[in-house]
Amino acid sequence: MSPTLTDASPVFADPADSLAIMERTRSTAETFGIPLAVLAELTHRCPLQCPYCSNPVELDRGGTELTTDEWKKVLSELAEIGVLQIHFSGGEPTARKDIVELVQHATDVGLYSNLITSAVLLTRDKLSALADAGLCHVQISFQGNEPVVADRVGGLKNGHVKKLEVAKWTRELDLPLTVNAVMHRQNLHQLPDIIQMAVDLDADRLEVANVQYYGWALKNRAALMPTIDQIDETSRIVEDAQVRLKGILDIDYVVPDYYALRPKKCMGGWGRQFFNISPAGKVLPCHAAETITGMEFESVRSNHSIAWIWQNSEAFNRYRGTGWMPEPCRSCEFKEVDFGGCRCQAFALTGDAGNTDPACTLSPVHAEIFKMAEMESTEGRDRFIYRNFNGGTLEVEEPHLDSTHGA
Amino acid sequence: MSELRSNRRISVSADSKPVLPRHAKLKFDETRQRWVILAPERVLAPDDIAVEILQLCDGVRNVTDIIDLLVAKYAAPRDDIGADVVAMLQDLADKGFLTQAREKTA
Repeated sequence: MSPTLTDASPVFADPADSLAIMERTRSTAETFGIPLAVLAELTHRCPLQCPYCSNPVELDRGGTELTTDEWKKVLSELAEIGVLQIHFSGGEPTARKDIVELVQHATDVGLYSNLITSAVLLTRDKLSALADAGLCHVQISFQGNEPVVADRVGGLKNGHVKKLEVAKWTRELDLPLTVNAVMHRQNLHQLPDIIQMAVDLDADRLEVANVQYYGWALKNRAALMPTIDQIDETSRIVEDAQVRLKGILDIDYVVPDYYALRPKKCMGGWGRQFFNISPAGKVLPCHAAETITGMEFESVRSNHSIAWIWQNSEAFNRYRGTGWMPEPCRSCEFKEVDFGGCRCQAFALTGDAGNTDPACTLSPVHAEIFKMAEMESTEGRDRFIYRNFNGGTLEVEEPHLDSTHGA
Repeated sequence: MSELRSNRRISVSADSKPVLPRHAKLKFDETRQRWVILAPERVLAPDDIAVEILQLCDGVRNVTDIIDLLVAKYAAPRDDIGADVVAMLQDLADKGFLTQAREKTA
């Protein structure tokens, strides 16, 4: 006997690693089994105003949000069709008054629930109620390792201190904690301290996620783009910490793809293993998909089931698999490795979501984009455009910070 | 390093009383007709024997007890079974999905 815990994708292939992560490892272009995990963006309302927010610039207003009963129906339906995990996100999911009720419902229908939160609205009682409702995991975003940088990025006074407090309660309540640190030029110098902060908070995981540039982040690209030196230094710091903290802190690292040679396998490929549901109930292939203008996305409020939307809707099928690909993707040996990269990025940078992701060196505009990123990283202004429902607000004054340009 | 870290880096030994922590849930997935372990941002797929081991991990039995039960059931040599059990549990512990029952509190 030799017990193994393997890659448990819907195509349970290749049981090589005894504890592999469940993720599809080979092309299953014809099957599209229902995803293991779904992101539920309960609301776009949020007390923070991070300039790299992954929500679309056109935010869903509070009045358009699904009701409690509608979300409950969605959760039941997801569990029924085979989804195993639900990530409650936003905006700020705890801005919904019914968050405890929704977590309880997820538990009741057998979903593993994860709360992706800014933490600033949580009280200890609320967190305790969420734990009692069966919440399985808490993920708290941090904008830096101390209040000066962190509160400026988040655009909320005393936000950082509050986050530290909630992180402490999380562990006191014996909930597992992931620290999510979104990194960019103006906070990358804090990375070693952020890693130590995660250790001190007794976090189980740390996500070091470089900003991905669509929506709000694209508006703020010149203020956020890291320098090449910073990226080299970041990779070194992360790799060192991964070895040093093995068994203590699990560190996931998302690299900024502008500086990569090959594009990321975005969402594991469009419509292959992920979808999310927007506050207004749209079923989307990616949380940034609504940044692609001119695409129609089906809603859970339509007459169609979620499973039907996943399998049959035009939006999911448009960039599924490899048949839609233009050159240089079509004849590329890596086409089933990265699936042409990110559709949202292709749209943001070329105006056509059906083009090769410019992060790829084979894209005809790669060199130009790379050069622009490099220039912005050294010459871009540091002033932010804060995320809000009014299309954004420019930071009042140019910040006076050291360590912004370069490591 | 803070006191809190003492529950990290579990070393699985004969006396360990392993149990899944509350954030790692062993569940039978009806849709895909197989056992899975649900964990933060992860879904793991244990094979039949790993499932059998994990079902014995109740925080009361120690690793020796678990090996005894498997030796009684399977024909393989005790050393082989023991090594496999410890290796699988250690792998799970290293990934942060295994804890140990605390020494008696009552």
